[in-house]
Amino acid sequence: MMADSGTDCGSTEEVAVIGNTDISSTEAENNLRNTMVEKGASLLKKLEMNVSEAEKRTGKNSVNMQETYTVYLIETRPADSGSDGSTPVPDMLWRRYSEFELLRTYLLVTYPFVIIPPLPEKRAEFVWHKLSADNLDPDFVERRRVGLENFLLRVASHPLLSNDKIFFLFLTDEKGWRDAVLETGFQDKVDSRLKSLSASFRVKNPDKRFTALKQYSDELNAAISQLLRIRARVADRLYGVYKVHGNYGRVFSEWSAIEKEMGDGLQSAGHHMDTYAASIDDILEEEEHYADQLKEYLFYTEAVRSVCRKHELIQYELESAALDLTYKKQQREELATGTVRVFSLKGMTSKLFGQESQEQREQKLTLLEQDIKEGEELLKEKNQECHEFVQSAWKDIERFKEQKDRDLREALISYAIMQISMCKKGIQVWSNAKECFSKM
Amino acid sequence: MMSVGAPKGLPSSGQKPITEMIHPLSAVEEPLSPAPEVTVSAGGDKDTGLTNGTPVETSSPASVSSLFNRLQLDDDLDGDASTETKDLFVTVDDPKKHVSTMETYITYRVSTKTTRVEFDLPEYCVRRRYQDFDWLRLKLEDSQPTHLIPPLPEKFVMKGVVDRFSEEFVETRMKALDKFVKRVADHPVLSFNPHFNSFLTAKDLNKRQGLALLTKVGESVKYVAGGYKLRARPAEYASMGDYLDTFSGKLGTMDRIAQRIVKEQSEYLTELREYGTVYSSWASAEEELQRPLEGVAGSVSTCCRALEDLSENISQDFLPVLREYVLYIESMKNVLRKRDQCQAEYEGRLEAAVLRRQEDRTPIPAEVEKCQDKVECFNADLKADWERWQRNKRQDFKQILTGMADKNISYYEKCQSAWESLITVLQDKQTEDKTSETN
Repeated sequence: MMADSGTDCGSTEEVAVIGNTDISSTEAENNLRNTMVEKGASLLKKLEMNVSEAEKRTGKNSVNMQETYTVYLIETRPADSGSDGSTPVPDMLWRRYSEFELLRTYLLVTYPFVIIPPLPEKRAEFVWHKLSADNLDPDFVERRRVGLENFLLRVASHPLLSNDKIFFLFLTDEKGWRDAVLETGFQDKVDSRLKSLSASFRVKNPDKRFTALKQYSDELNAAISQLLRIRARVADRLYGVYKVHGNYGRVFSEWSAIEKEMGDGLQSAGHHMDTYAASIDDILEEEEHYADQLKEYLFYTEAVRSVCRKHELIQYELESAALDLTYKKQQREELATGTVRVFSLKGMTSKLFGQESQEQREQKLTLLEQDIKEGEELLKEKNQECHEFVQSAWKDIERFKEQKDRDLREALISYAIMQISMCKKGIQVWSNAKECFSKM
Repeated sequence: MMSVGAPKGLPSSGQKPITEMIHPLSAVEEPLSPAPEVTVSAGGDKDTGLTNGTPVETSSPASVSSLFNRLQLDDDLDGDASTETKDLFVTVDDPKKHVSTMETYITYRVSTKTTRVEFDLPEYCVRRRYQDFDWLRLKLEDSQPTHLIPPLPEKFVMKGVVDRFSEEFVETRMKALDKFVKRVADHPVLSFNPHFNSFLTAKDLNKRQGLALLTKVGESVKYVAGGYKLRARPAEYASMGDYLDTFSGKLGTMDRIAQRIVKEQSEYLTELREYGTVYSSWASAEEELQRPLEGVAGSVSTCCRALEDLSENISQDFLPVLREYVLYIESMKNVLRKRDQCQAEYEGRLEAAVLRRQEDRTPIPAEVEKCQDKVECFNADLKADWERWQRNKRQDFKQILTGMADKNISYYEKCQSAWESLITVLQDKQTEDKTSETN
């Protein structure tokens, strides 16, 4: 399963590029996986993993009602084969989608400066009409299985995430994982994270890089959404074109019945028209794979956005801390010199109703000094936090950008390959029909 | 003069004629004369001459013998008239718009090349408008009622719906007119028709057109009057009729399918265009991916253009032929009806004459024999035309279906090459990256 990286410099010898157009989508998948191993980190090199099966289960849910859901089988096995050269028996456990969601939420909260890989969509969207939007539909389940596997591989190939203990337990400990993740107390942070995502606050000196990144992320999101929407419409129309040709099949057959010399040729040509009409189903099913690749990056934009938001929050807190400190210092100055520089109600009242006593003032000053000291500590902390966040986040962002460019380029190539395959099929069918016509 | 003798059965027509007649095609005893022959006794020959006295060919020996010759040769060949016997070439092209105070119309150039003695010159070049083709067709129908006359494209087009002067419409119409004259020119009997000769050679057709109206009235009356009813349509003509009905139905179905395909392709094209532009606008937000995305947009754009060509071909080359054959079938059904009428008339007259003879020994009048002659000639002409029509039909449909397949192949080839060149670009960049990485 873990083939040697096929994308090494041997391909520079590939002048006859057309040969590569026969690559299938499974091979393309392997290319992606191999790239992850190359670029990726420790875990994937030690542990092979895949989501191999999906099964339907029924059980009682949290509100004690019967429900049907799907579970996915995660298989793991050490990357090195056994000492006797045999492939070791894999470890297996079953997980359902909601558990993946839980894992992801944990990761989001624990590594707020990392662009966390997305899960495949919960419900089928951007569906062209013949495709089922039903979550229990076997094709949807199959595509989801692939998506979940992809998610695990992405996490396992991330330099930071792959070392996470909880992630490891998710892969290896079927029962104990849940307790372990809850014990981390990550759920407390979930609420505050949600708050930060939805809160509106203005940052005075926004980091230009993050602003640009957020804008790019929004643009990418819009572009891919639009693309997926129109692609679904294109698929619908193409389906119509192919299927109408099936009618030729029927009429040629009927017509051949009243002809003598032309009969055979017409009849066979009719069969080819039927073949042509039927071929669109497989073609469009394969294209869903491309749509899934795009969807992954559509959902990735949300992860990018949330990193930007987190940064904004930190920046805001930093600025607030700085502002607060400045204000307190000014207050101290006022108190020390007796001048009112900044308008305050206290200042006004003391002016109106008389100065405080020396004792009171000194008390206040002491408290204020304490405050200021704490404030300076806080500012230092926040500064540190912000600085670290920016550093780590930016490292991950660069990594993500490279990955995105690579993956999307691969996706476009495989899309072009699909188109070529469709054209070849079309040429084949019409050539066959032409031969029949020439025999008429 | 026609000899009378013992009854001679004609297996093809299934009749039991009382008077024997020499089958016009079996032996040519009459001396060949180029002039139309049908000279009849003074009794009632209103139906063989125009009101102005110009004789009309129904089955003149000249045309019969040449038909005989042609048939022999045609039987040997599989397909249309061989180039060996072809001595008349006609082409319709070069449409031009004419604007006058009264009307605007299009004329077409009709060019003729021939070695036939019936033509004074070896080459002719005249300009004709649709009206003239219509006139010709009417004249042919009237003067050659036993023959299948090829159809013309539709005369009337709904103003406001179709633009009569659009390049597309004129092009399609011109192709159909060209087919029409070629079919007439290739026909062993019709091509010798003097009206066709005038059409190809006369500087000014206008004078002759006046006759058309009179002819039309006169001739159409001929076949309506009489009111003879055919008792039994002989099997072979009945099966012809059935075939034509079924075939007409299939053509209609194919027409609908082709139109539907064009519609679906048009809608697909609309979405595809938008699809391409989304890649372009995405490209503007990217750096590394800009070129690949623009590349995809480009490939999609190429596919759009290829699809336009394909749809256009269906509309311009495929559909018109389907429609032409529907008209052809109507024409053929008409001829079958006329044949039936002709046979009915003969049988009716024969029956009456036989009864008379039984009553008072009145001999069968020559008229009746003439009727039988007409029927047999009609049957022969029709069968010959039917065979020719079947051959042409096979050729034509083989051609347009093969053409349709070719256009589809060409469409996919264009698309394939667009995507292949994109891959080359994308993969080159990849290997570029890889080599720089490993270095």
